[in-house]
Amino acid sequence: MEFGLSDSQQLLRDSARSFFTAECPMAQVRRLMETDTAYDAALWSKMAEQGFTGIIFPEEYDGAGLGKVELILLMEEAGRALLPGPFFSTVVLAGAVLHAAATPEQRKKYLAPICRGELRSTVAILEAGANWDPASAQISAVKGALSGEKLFVSDAAAADFIIVVARNGVYVVDADAPGIRITPMSGMDFTRKLYAVQFENTPAEKLGDAAGLPNAVDIATAALAAEMVGGMQRTLDITVEYAKTRKQFGKPIGIFQAVQHQCADMYLETESSRSAAYYAGWTLEENAPEAPVAISIAKMYASDASRTVGNRGIQVHGGMGFTWENDLHLYYRRAKASETMFGDATFHRERIARLTIDAAVRSAKSA
Amino acid sequence: MDLNLTTEELQFRDELRAWLAANIPKDWNEWREKPIEVSFPYLRAWQRKLQEGRWAAVSWPKEYGVRGASLMLQAIFWEEMARAEAPPMANSLGLGLIGPTIIAYGSEAQKKRYIPKILSAEEIWCQGFSEPNAGSDLASLQMEARLEGDTYIVNGQKVWMSYGWVGDWCELVVRTDPAVPKHKGLTVLLVDMKAPGVDVRPLRQMTGESEFNEIFFRDVRVPAANVLGKVNDGWNVAISTLMHERGAYGARLHLLFKRNIDRLIELSHTLQRNGKPAAQDQVIRQKLAQCYGEIEIMRLNQLRAFSRITSTGVPGPEGSILKIFWSELNQRVQQIAQELLGSYGQLLGTDSRAVDHGIWSYAYLRSRGNTIEAGTSEIQRNIIGHFVLGLPRSY
Repeated sequence: MEFGLSDSQQLLRDSARSFFTAECPMAQVRRLMETDTAYDAALWSKMAEQGFTGIIFPEEYDGAGLGKVELILLMEEAGRALLPGPFFSTVVLAGAVLHAAATPEQRKKYLAPICRGELRSTVAILEAGANWDPASAQISAVKGALSGEKLFVSDAAAADFIIVVARNGVYVVDADAPGIRITPMSGMDFTRKLYAVQFENTPAEKLGDAAGLPNAVDIATAALAAEMVGGMQRTLDITVEYAKTRKQFGKPIGIFQAVQHQCADMYLETESSRSAAYYAGWTLEENAPEAPVAISIAKMYASDASRTVGNRGIQVHGGMGFTWENDLHLYYRRAKASETMFGDATFHRERIARLTIDAAVRSAKSA
Repeated sequence: MDLNLTTEELQFRDELRAWLAANIPKDWNEWREKPIEVSFPYLRAWQRKLQEGRWAAVSWPKEYGVRGASLMLQAIFWEEMARAEAPPMANSLGLGLIGPTIIAYGSEAQKKRYIPKILSAEEIWCQGFSEPNAGSDLASLQMEARLEGDTYIVNGQKVWMSYGWVGDWCELVVRTDPAVPKHKGLTVLLVDMKAPGVDVRPLRQMTGESEFNEIFFRDVRVPAANVLGKVNDGWNVAISTLMHERGAYGARLHLLFKRNIDRLIELSHTLQRNGKPAAQDQVIRQKLAQCYGEIEIMRLNQLRAFSRITSTGVPGPEGSILKIFWSELNQRVQQIAQELLGSYGQLLGTDSRAVDHGIWSYAYLRSRGNTIEAGTSEIQRNIIGHFVLGLPRSY
């Protein structure tokens, strides 16, 4: 039993960190967040060269064939860098859904170009009810065409094709298909843009089998929790650095226990989120029966912790933390958007309750 | 990262499981709820039996007749002990904290003299750290040890000493040089609790029990050969003990916590709230799920820490988050238990209407001490601030 990272896992984490430090510094993040899609073609092709765009997918689809723990580590580093654009939407979300639900031919057609870095995509799940349970979808395809509206679709304007979760299956829609209308929703997080996507008798290709969808959503949820860990770590690092240098009453503010304890709690919350996210990744890799609970625990904890860590970090910065020029609010915005994405803590607590409290009755009855 | 058990770990677990199944005393249930003063000889005999099977401290070096196993095997040991609902071992401080400190700092003669009897529970150990005026500011302690020839003469008072009433030996932190800065004049002595001048009195705590003692030392004579580590280096020796307490002790608590949440979930199906089972109440569901998740994270934090200790060799200051996490979590869990039980939560074991023989009212009160014992949450946060995050010292 070993909870530490293997040498190759450490190598992946370190090289991802150097990559994002060099290719996606905060100046780049701020530049991209002011653009319409936050997508940068040059950065994307460099990520593809690194193998990031196919990280967990089989080599037969031009993927890198790595495991879920590696995905978690990569997402943690992406979160630390506040990587803007459609990486999560394309590789993690659309990639996982295609891998789980598409036929081999469809994987060759849609997943392989994602792995090669040629195409971008996203998955449309939410509708007006904003329910993250994929089974709550109302939209349904009639004679191979979709009509209706999906909301909060991340990175839709950067996508070449959009995967749509419908009542009667999972569908792929070309971003240029007739009857499709993609309009921005003004979200708090400028680095991951949200869109409303309307369909009017839009031709859609049904993916092979929707049964794998919950597992794909679990992969995306765990990866998002890991991304949040990276954001928390960066917020902590920036804050500790500031507490060491900012002086008041003639001393660095980090000498005061009221400030130290905020930082200590940020550390505790970050490390605990990390333990839960790594474990979630491992249970996915192992197809362990406890994976759904582990993933909900990771997202439950990270959802509250990333908000709290952000609160503490800004509080320690005082007035400086409330300025536009300070980077913390960019992480804070992402943390808030990620908190609700794929279900907030309340959503996941209810899921844990179903899997543990309600399961206790079922096992008692069957005994 | 691979959380599957290795072949060696599986073998160890299966061997231990079989051994526990064959050896856990059949009458343990009759003893379980007796006061510890009554059950202590029973627990002592149980530890002796474990040691005969070479289970008492599996991770200690092989030269002491134990297994020299990894910390992971030690963690698996605690998990299996809890799973089997085995009795606890009598010499818990000796095994958990003081033995590892003697192994790290003791002379060969000291190790030979003390370690085997810690393992066999022939000698029970207690810990003399806190004083009435030295709690969080441990380094300010005043207990005086004056060297006369080759003997220290010890005078002063210790408080909050666990196992003081049954201790044969004590890891005692004393001041050997009052002239130097406070951290630099401390020494750790290994003290025979039967020596003349040692006066042990019960310290009654808010639960009504006396788990702890206060101890008065009057002209107690301790041979200079009983210094653990170097003279005036007692701060480092004491910190080593405290790090073991913070870093590894929580591992034994996880399954207790897990049993608590499982029991609360079970109770939520029978207890009513607003005319239906509490398990169907949205607020209760949310709170139970939160506790369930955090108890799992406690386990994962502990496992990650074990992996880190395995690669560095010693528990580090980051162990402080484990202590904060379990102690504050237990208080939250006990509060949820109270909410679930409603009016019944307050009933003591002496009331026949009490749920689960009153363990929940006791556990609620006892959990209040968790964020104070073994270093307050505030001290743990100071440690993280300074030693982990590198912030300047506030004192």
